Amino acid sequence: MTAPRARRRPAALRLLLSALLVLPLAACGSGGGSGPGDADGAGAGADGGDTALTVLAAASLTDVLEEAKPLYESERGVELRLSFAGSQELAAQVREGVPADVLVTADSTSMDGVADRTEGPVVIAENELTIVTAPGNPEDVTGLADLAREDLTVVLAAPEVPVGRYGQQILDEAGVRVNPASQETNVRSVLTKVTLGEADVGIVYATDAASAGDRVATVTIPAAQNVLAEYPAAALSEAPNPVEAAAFVSWLRSDRAVELLETAGFRVP
Amino acid sequence: MSGPASRATRGAPLVLVVPAALAVLLLAVPLAGIVTRAPWGDLGERLASPRVTQALSLSLLVSGWALLLSLVLGVPLAWLLARSRIPGKALVRSLILLPMVLPPTVAGVALLQGFGRAGLVGDELRLLGITLPFTTAGAVVAATFISMPFLVITLEGALTGLDVQFEEAAATMGAGTLQTLRYVTLPMVLPSLLAGAALTWARALGEFGATLTFAGNLPGVTQTLPLQVYLLMQEDPEGATAVSLLLLAIAAAVLFGLRGRWLGAFARRR
Repeated sequence: MTAPRARRRPAALRLLLSALLVLPLAACGSGGGSGPGDADGAGAGADGGDTALTVLAAASLTDVLEEAKPLYESERGVELRLSFAGSQELAAQVREGVPADVLVTADSTSMDGVADRTEGPVVIAENELTIVTAPGNPEDVTGLADLAREDLTVVLAAPEVPVGRYGQQILDEAGVRVNPASQETNVRSVLTKVTLGEADVGIVYATDAASAGDRVATVTIPAAQNVLAEYPAAALSEAPNPVEAAAFVSWLRSDRAVELLETAGFRVP
Repeated sequence: MSGPASRATRGAPLVLVVPAALAVLLLAVPLAGIVTRAPWGDLGERLASPRVTQALSLSLLVSGWALLLSLVLGVPLAWLLARSRIPGKALVRSLILLPMVLPPTVAGVALLQGFGRAGLVGDELRLLGITLPFTTAGAVVAATFISMPFLVITLEGALTGLDVQFEEAAATMGAGTLQTLRYVTLPMVLPSLLAGAALTWARALGEFGATLTFAGNLPGVTQTLPLQVYLLMQEDPEGATAVSLLLLAIAAAVLFGLRGRWLGAFARRR
């Protein structure tokens, strides 16, 4: 009774398998996650509550912008769509023509790389780097020099992303040679590997450490050894919604926004 | 036999031809994009750069080990699923299908929570002196997790479809179960075994999400070709396209190699 079914199954499976084989090839390009259809509708819908603004922002801005979102939406009557990733990844998306209105990066290099597609970037915040360890600092990490210790699993960000570049810069200047276990593709992955206990120590932004609360312990990097990362924000030249894009960039420098940024651990220039 | 078939082809209605053509375009255009946009001028130079060759040899190492592990663990599993009467077979089969439909990053999260330093069996693994996150071994485990199902499912399908009278004949001549498997069953399903192995290897070579999440990203240790494509895309799209072309060529070569096997298997079945 099962014989006919058993004979049919392999053929069906073969088809399924050959379809699945192609999937990994397609998975390499990641989209910006915004709906162009909705953006078009917003243009026609004038300044009602149906206007949508797509903001591409550095991963380290995740918490502060998620907090700002409901405030801004009720204040301005627009829908904010936030897309977070590493700054270089965002810049790459902009170069590929992602339909977005505003770009906020965690370094000037990424922003400069898309200078021909942005409208006059302004620095809205500054951030320092800090060392994070498991709560209670069980491995007794006291400073940058400890990152060279062989008994510690150190995770840094990849040199392709700003926090990785800054981290390498301060380690070089301090003369510390580190053999990282991994070069993560964004700062949040570094933080996650420490909070999960997979890594003993990592270098992240002060704001990331603040967002993790008591799930990590922080070891301050002295100002003389530290760098100050600049966060430029700009409206995109191809923004589907240029007026709202400019309004959001100037709002990022308002008293309300400054208060949010400072609470999250940023410095505001 | 050929009469009705050719009539059906001639009379193919537009309502079927149009969506079918769109389906082909959907698949073909992006791949054509890689081929036409690849930096052909300095392709050799780019692919021979130390960074790419390092990632390529790591990819070959990781996918080779993943295939080996899949064969060593997956062939017995496929045989048990097809031939034995162990309880809970349906459950095991679903478990094997799961990695094929799961987003690979979810697989990475699962691997971390299971086999990570702080994972479910992290302490036990540490006692055995095994650390998987951030190691090449971790990349192998991630690739095996994702790719072994292809081998098990292909082989189980072939074993189920095989007429048991050959195995019964071997048994009546006094061959033990393992002898029958070695001299009768496996040679008869060899085409399917090879096809499954090729799919498994290709899937392991292309593994990205689980590797990045579970094993991290470090050149020479866990940065395989797909991870390098992802990072290159952020600073050097041309370089990313060049490496993508390499992976595309490998995938195409695997399919080309499989074509004969599949046609052969189907022809015999009919």
